[in-house]
Amino acid sequence: MGFASKSPWVIHYDASSCNGCDIEVLAALCPGYDVERFGIINTGNPKHADIFLVTGSVNEQNKPVLQEIYSQMLEPKVVVACGCCACTGGVFHDCYNVLGGVDKAIPVDVYAPGCAVRPEAIIDAVVEGLGVLEQKSEALKEQQKRGA
Amino acid sequence: MDMNFFLSTIIGTLCFAVLAPIVGCLLSGADRIISARMQGRVGPKLLQPYWDVRKLLGKDKIAVSGSEDTYINLALFFSLLAGGIFFSGGNFLLVVFVITLSSLFFIVAAYSTRSPYAEVGAARETLQVMSYEPMILLMTVAFYQVVGTFDVGGVMLMNHPVICTAWAAFLGLLFVLTIKLRKSPFDISSSHHAHQEIVKGTTTEMSGPTLAKVEIMHWVENVLFMGWVGVFFVYANPISIAVALIAVVLIYFFEIWIDNNFARVKWQAMLKWAWIAALIAGGLNVAFLAFM
Repeated sequence: MGFASKSPWVIHYDASSCNGCDIEVLAALCPGYDVERFGIINTGNPKHADIFLVTGSVNEQNKPVLQEIYSQMLEPKVVVACGCCACTGGVFHDCYNVLGGVDKAIPVDVYAPGCAVRPEAIIDAVVEGLGVLEQKSEALKEQQKRGA
Repeated sequence: MDMNFFLSTIIGTLCFAVLAPIVGCLLSGADRIISARMQGRVGPKLLQPYWDVRKLLGKDKIAVSGSEDTYINLALFFSLLAGGIFFSGGNFLLVVFVITLSSLFFIVAAYSTRSPYAEVGAARETLQVMSYEPMILLMTVAFYQVVGTFDVGGVMLMNHPVICTAWAAFLGLLFVLTIKLRKSPFDISSSHHAHQEIVKGTTTEMSGPTLAKVEIMHWVENVLFMGWVGVFFVYANPISIAVALIAVVLIYFFEIWIDNNFARVKWQAMLKWAWIAALIAGGLNVAFLAFM
């Protein structure tokens, strides 16, 4: 296993969540679940983060914000959609202003369903994301080798 | 300046450049575990800071400013040089100036990114330097008064440790050490934690390999500052080195305890209290040594 998956720093963005999923994301960071055991830190800075946790559905207002945060993150990076709204739009999917899940704005690697998403599901999704992070890290290394 | 000084500084810097990151990394890992335990958590593995840096080195290279990486390289170089001069027994005053030069390059690097968050961080970092520098300088003066030379190696010829007559200056050093180690309540320029109003302050725009170098620089600085703590306990008796190591471990634990128990203050309070500490602890100690 490489180093990419040993120190996954996350950034959390609330697209239009009801805060149910946000509370569960924070719960995962608190003593009860303590994800720092796996080196996971909440950075709050896209330039330092490896994993992008998004809660809530996407609309025209927050689509450019999501894309901006995503584009500021450095490769290798992974996006995890946390909760039903982030996965598909959830109960808001047919609202006139809702575009749908996070994948309508940026590429999503792992979907973590639930309303609200359970902290265990978030941890499982992030661990799943580590495999993707590792693959992307290998791909980046190959790319850099070819470029050099 | 003679040849011996150059040789010992170069050899000292090379040894320090190899050993200090290892010791600093382990210190940082222990810090995170102890902090986690204080918060009722298990915390990461001891080698987590090493894995963090290895990951950062493998990230894509993107810089918002072309010169940022050069400034960070210089900041890292001067912090290694300062450590080399100190641990090879060189001039204490020179060590203080060289490590300040390193801080200045770090500040310029933060300014060069032109991000509003990094600029606020850089301005606050400047205030931090302003806050701790008077106490640090008074500490070196007290050191000179006790040892009779600015050379750190001079303590090996003493028949009592420096702390016996410079304990007030030592307490002053402990006060500003919290600022130098970037610990709460004085982590105003860049916090280790993601609950600050200026994102990551000085390092907001730094990423990947550049951020890895900043991390390594912080490890190296921590080892140097712990050396400053230790030098107060060392004298001709070889056992004193063991005493100094125990003192360093206790002080480091004390700093972690402060970090976890005090809320961040505003810069006005930091500047005021650091200067009051410098005036009382440093100033009175220097005055007593000069006139008593």
